[in-house]
Amino acid sequence: MAAPMSNVDEIRKRVILSEFGVRNVHTTDYPGNYPGYDDAWSLQKFKKNFRIEVVHMDDTSMEFDMIGVDAALANAFRRILLAEVPTMAVEKVFVYNNTSIIQDEILAHRLGLIPIKADPRLFEYRNAGAEFRDEEGTEIDTIQLQLKVKCTRNPRATKESSDPRELYLNHMVYSKDMKWVPIGNQADVFADAQIGPVHDDILLAQLRPGQELDVVMHCVKGIGKDHAKFSPVATASYRLLPEITLLQTVEGEKAERLKRCFSPGVIELENRGGKQVAKVVNSRLDTCSREVLRHDDLKNLVKLGRVRDHFIFSVESTGILPPDVLVTEAISVLVAKCQKFLNELDSTEME
Amino acid sequence: MEEEFSDMSLQELAAPVNTVEEKWKLLPAFLKVKGLVKQHIDSFNYFINVEIKKIMKANEKITSDADPMWYLKYLNIYVGMPDVEESFNVTRPVSPHECRLRDMTYSAPITVDIEYTRGSQRIIRNALPIGRMPIMLRSSNCVLTGKTPMEFSKLNECPLDPGGYFIVKGQEKVILIQEQLSKNRIIVEQDRKGAVGASVTSSTHEKKSRTNMIVKQGRFYLKHNTLSEDAPIGIIFKAMGVESDQEIVQMIGTEEHVMSAFAPSLEECQKAQIFTQTQALKYIGNKVRRQRMWGGPKKTKMEEARELLASTILTHVPVKEFNFRAKCIYLAVMVRRVILAQGSHKVDDRDYYGNKRLELAGQLLSLLFEDLFKKFNSELKKIADQIIPKQRAAQFDVVKHMRQDQITNGMVNAISTGNWSLKRFKMDRQGVTQVLSRLSFISALGMMTRISSQFEKTRKVSGPRSLQPSQWGMLCPSDTPEGEACGLVKNLALMTHITTDMEDGPIIKLAFNLGVEDVNLLCGEELSYPSVFLVFLNGNILGVIRDHHKLVNTFRLMRRAGFINEFVSISTNLTDRCVYISSDGGRLCRPYIIVKKGQPAVKNKHIEELAQGYRNFEDFLHESLVEYLDVNEENDCSIALYEHMITKATTHLEIEPFTLLGVCAGLIPYPHHNQSPRNTYQCAMGKQAMGTIGYNQRNRIDTLMYLLAYPQKPMVKTKTIELIDFEKLPAGQNATVAVMSYSGYDIEDALVLNKASLDRGFGRCLVYKNAKCTLKRYTNQTFDKVMGPMLDAATRSPIWRHSILDADGICSPGERVENKQVLVNKSMPTVTQTPLEGTAPQAGQPQFRDVPITYKGSTDSYIEKVMISSNAEDSFLIKILLRQTRRPEIGDKFSSRHGQKGVCGLIVPQEDMPFCDSGICPDIIMNPHGYPSRMTVGKLIELLAGKAGVLDGRFHYGTAFGGSKVKDVCEDLIRYGYNYQGKDYVTSGITGEPLEAYIYFGPVYYQKLKHMVLDKMHARARGPRAVLTRQPTEGRSRDGGLRLGEMERDCLIGYGASMLLLERLMISSDAFEVDVCGQCGLLGYSGWCHYCKSSCHVSSLRIPYACKLLFQELQSMNIVPRLKLSRYNE
Repeated sequence: MAAPMSNVDEIRKRVILSEFGVRNVHTTDYPGNYPGYDDAWSLQKFKKNFRIEVVHMDDTSMEFDMIGVDAALANAFRRILLAEVPTMAVEKVFVYNNTSIIQDEILAHRLGLIPIKADPRLFEYRNAGAEFRDEEGTEIDTIQLQLKVKCTRNPRATKESSDPRELYLNHMVYSKDMKWVPIGNQADVFADAQIGPVHDDILLAQLRPGQELDVVMHCVKGIGKDHAKFSPVATASYRLLPEITLLQTVEGEKAERLKRCFSPGVIELENRGGKQVAKVVNSRLDTCSREVLRHDDLKNLVKLGRVRDHFIFSVESTGILPPDVLVTEAISVLVAKCQKFLNELDSTEME
Repeated sequence: MEEEFSDMSLQELAAPVNTVEEKWKLLPAFLKVKGLVKQHIDSFNYFINVEIKKIMKANEKITSDADPMWYLKYLNIYVGMPDVEESFNVTRPVSPHECRLRDMTYSAPITVDIEYTRGSQRIIRNALPIGRMPIMLRSSNCVLTGKTPMEFSKLNECPLDPGGYFIVKGQEKVILIQEQLSKNRIIVEQDRKGAVGASVTSSTHEKKSRTNMIVKQGRFYLKHNTLSEDAPIGIIFKAMGVESDQEIVQMIGTEEHVMSAFAPSLEECQKAQIFTQTQALKYIGNKVRRQRMWGGPKKTKMEEARELLASTILTHVPVKEFNFRAKCIYLAVMVRRVILAQGSHKVDDRDYYGNKRLELAGQLLSLLFEDLFKKFNSELKKIADQIIPKQRAAQFDVVKHMRQDQITNGMVNAISTGNWSLKRFKMDRQGVTQVLSRLSFISALGMMTRISSQFEKTRKVSGPRSLQPSQWGMLCPSDTPEGEACGLVKNLALMTHITTDMEDGPIIKLAFNLGVEDVNLLCGEELSYPSVFLVFLNGNILGVIRDHHKLVNTFRLMRRAGFINEFVSISTNLTDRCVYISSDGGRLCRPYIIVKKGQPAVKNKHIEELAQGYRNFEDFLHESLVEYLDVNEENDCSIALYEHMITKATTHLEIEPFTLLGVCAGLIPYPHHNQSPRNTYQCAMGKQAMGTIGYNQRNRIDTLMYLLAYPQKPMVKTKTIELIDFEKLPAGQNATVAVMSYSGYDIEDALVLNKASLDRGFGRCLVYKNAKCTLKRYTNQTFDKVMGPMLDAATRSPIWRHSILDADGICSPGERVENKQVLVNKSMPTVTQTPLEGTAPQAGQPQFRDVPITYKGSTDSYIEKVMISSNAEDSFLIKILLRQTRRPEIGDKFSSRHGQKGVCGLIVPQEDMPFCDSGICPDIIMNPHGYPSRMTVGKLIELLAGKAGVLDGRFHYGTAFGGSKVKDVCEDLIRYGYNYQGKDYVTSGITGEPLEAYIYFGPVYYQKLKHMVLDKMHARARGPRAVLTRQPTEGRSRDGGLRLGEMERDCLIGYGASMLLLERLMISSDAFEVDVCGQCGLLGYSGWCHYCKSSCHVSSLRIPYACKLLFQELQSMNIVPRLKLSRYNE
């Protein structure tokens, strides 16, 4: 990255972090905007430039680089992940008995926010609208869960004990107490799906002897736009790849200080001719705290930039679906939207 | 001072003053013994344990004019423990919470031991109840004192609740602290014309009077209510037995200028030809305002005058057997003060806090009780006078005539209405008590520390309202309301204590032993000797002292050693050449660390011992490490704020500077970085924040209660927050705030909220309301009934209005109630009066009329619980608790802790929210324009400290005059890879591109305030009208119309929109068709003029109903308005 860029290239390709603000934030490479550049979109060029590199992935989180797309497109994926990839969540709570301290509405709200492990792709949306309000759920659009807990005194507790864990039985209601009640053929279809809460240890309520919870829940398919409980991700976001350019060789004490201005591993010192010289090793690790800019003697030695079309995506799933599936789902949502739009265009042309 | 240091070596003197680390730990120790509302509780305890016995002693004997042998003597009086009468003569202890729920009074019986005569027998009866006394919670007689938190929860009580209030008829009532000018002190003042005068408000148990000394044309006069004319001071002196002019002058002072100033007054005496006491008394006797005589032997005018001088004028100076010596000297001192003040402008400051006394619940109640007790006794006497002369079979037994209800009702009514009217003291105060605000824990605490001033609110004066330097450390400089009560309603600071009355006998004795020469033994001239100082005790002259330094020092030493009470104060006033000793109640004081030889007495080891629990605050007092100073004594000391400020002259060291703030201002992080009014605003707003009220909040059935669904501890806390347990009962949530402009829906302090945050429970609150009804029994043996639900004839199911009712006719818990549905299906007998004698008794079953309790509200509620009980009058009491859960919506009000309030202007989906590199979205977006003009730098620092705390996993402190330093906090941010200024690189959620500016981003504690759109939104098309004027009703609660007021009307007139005006002001309001007779101009009726007896000229027109009403009202007072009709086109 040592090769200096021309000014226009820098404006086109980099976002510059200066001391008092961010420069070149907007995409400017529209066709015809810069003389001498061919910015017309072509599939070939896109195919050549576009890359996705998965950096890290496990059951719940994933980090991948999306390179060679415009911010609008990357943002679309982010937005869809947050708000438009469907999941199943508790939507209706039938309170048959609730003698606990927690109010019905608050309990319902808490239940709603619990991620339910069920593949939303295998379910349909329920009919929305007032006319369908009283409609019963069916096996294709509803999962039924039951929570039935009663707290009692522990007969085996020692007399002088004051610890509720010892004194009472069932005094903590956890999400693991939510039991799946299959409707129709669900028992067969989802036999090995283990439908239920993703996490077993979410505290729902606390009870005392004699208090009881008897609740039936209906989970439906929905999207995050409607309510955050349907969002399949804890969060999905991206950042641009940081790029740190040393404008001069920095050595000695300055280099040491420079190193400390960045996150660990960004800048390392190199012994060059008996002198400690700073070298950018891995600018990806930088958190962009812009600490260098506080040092008057260092701030003109580096240039802080970010690569405009290199998105470091991070997707944290709530555990319902693995993050890679979520991303592909997000892509298919976008594809479906585009398809729909194209169809709309076609149909208007028809008229 | 010098000799104190003389025995120290040079090294010792040069050694730096050791800082006592964590001396703030004294504070929790102080609060443990004194508590936040200890002043109320102490004062009430003093009343029920000490004062009430004194009152009884003062009124102990009742005799009768009818029988000289008959008497009743009180031997002792007690206040018991609170109980409730279960049935006749069966009582049971009662808990405060039961009283709250059952609308009863938390009171205890007042019992007396008496000795009286029945016939010729002398009888002693013990423990006779004479009435009931409402008991202050957590006072010595409350069931809650000395209980553990576990026992509190058994009693359904919150262990964090401060107590200090009363429960009267189920309502929690606080007797506010009343501020007054101190009694029995000479105050030299300038009137509006610049003339100097002195005034004394004397007050004893028997009498209260105000004596003024004024100067007219260089002569001194005494002005008093009972004198019809101002009396020359020389005559007063003579009337009090000082006949010689020389003696008078000696007492006042023999300096040249003093003598010449007083000479005209002596001349006047001469002119009036008054030389002897008899002449003077006659003179005054003629000027005495005639008072109603109530029996008793007739007195001569002279006797009357002497009586007046002895008992009414300067009441507080004791006169024994008409020995006026002390009073003369007091009067002379008053004259001398005025003379010395003339010209030099050394007048006293009324607003100076040393001249103020605070009246607390105990004092107010003792006034009330004394009044009621006297009334009770005079009633007994009246009964004795009436009954004894009549010969009866049974001998007169006074016990049968002792009725409890007079004292009980007197106390209960005074506390529940707040009207304190005592004829004896011409006292008629309104609003002494207030309902304890339970909006939040802070509002309740804030109410307990509130001080209301006697000053009129409407007067536009700045003096009493402005912050007095002597309020330092005693009263909170921030916590005062805005608007008319600004500066008149104040709040106590964290460490302020208010004294109670003390026995002064031992103090007098000590003073005399320390060399004070008794004033009664002096000839008078000594008073003005330049070598002596006058010694005052509680406003009375005790004597003179030669070496006042020694007196003051020894006195203080004795106090520190514990020989006299720690709250007795002694101070020298060098300008008045006086030593003031005070032991009276109502003085403000606070503890300070004693500094000896330039070193604070409290050392690190003491604090360590305190932390380990080997010591408590009392030990610090007893070992003279710490002492209390009142405002006057503070003026006599040199108090260092910090250790490094200690100089040679320093006598005391401040415990912690942040204690100068009160409870409400203590919540603000970094208040010392804020513009002062912002702190004041927050003090007002903190009381409206919803959160938690107490651990027993779910057992309460209040008329209105706001709770937060998920309250949080603030990320940036203060020492005060920890001390007052705000952490355990918080009112707010830590919101991630981005300070940036967004969408234009954030102008004028509006906030933009993240929809996903709201979905997840941010700002979600619960609103509880109650519905109440009682089922009474009537005199004619009928009673209210609750009927089961009415069934629909066709479907055999309950009709809609009754759909939530249980079989017993009361709604069932868990049900959802809609507007106009019935909660309790109550019916009442149509006839409730006992039929009059002679009329035939009603036959058959009584008729019933439905009086259902219905739910009114635009939004549905849920029934949380239903309570069925009985109240004090033994009628059934049904209380229903209704609940609503509300999620924030556009228009709901929020505020940070820095007086920055704002309403929600827009709710934005999460994907549209900006996000930072780590993927965090803000909960709230706040417009940066809120900062420059408000200068709430504290909020900026709170954000930084909050952010660092979140990253570090710990809480930061924002304590006033201390707290985490910005530099350290920023270092933390850097360590976690954040920008040191707290400004983050942020990407727009809408475009996906970075924002051009770095955004100030981090957590700030936000409060949700009680003002919500749901309770305020209102519109009306058609609706109810007022009966009298037929105009639309006013106000939201009555579904009223929106008024087109004068200013709006003026606009329409100016614009010339006459038809619109007519439509707004008449047609849509109270248009009315009237028949007007064209001939006589009077109003007719249905086409007929009753005046002309014809219908030929009657025409019909539309006028406002209010206009027609006016005509008729005028007619009724013999003014006849006549309408002249003509055709508009002629």
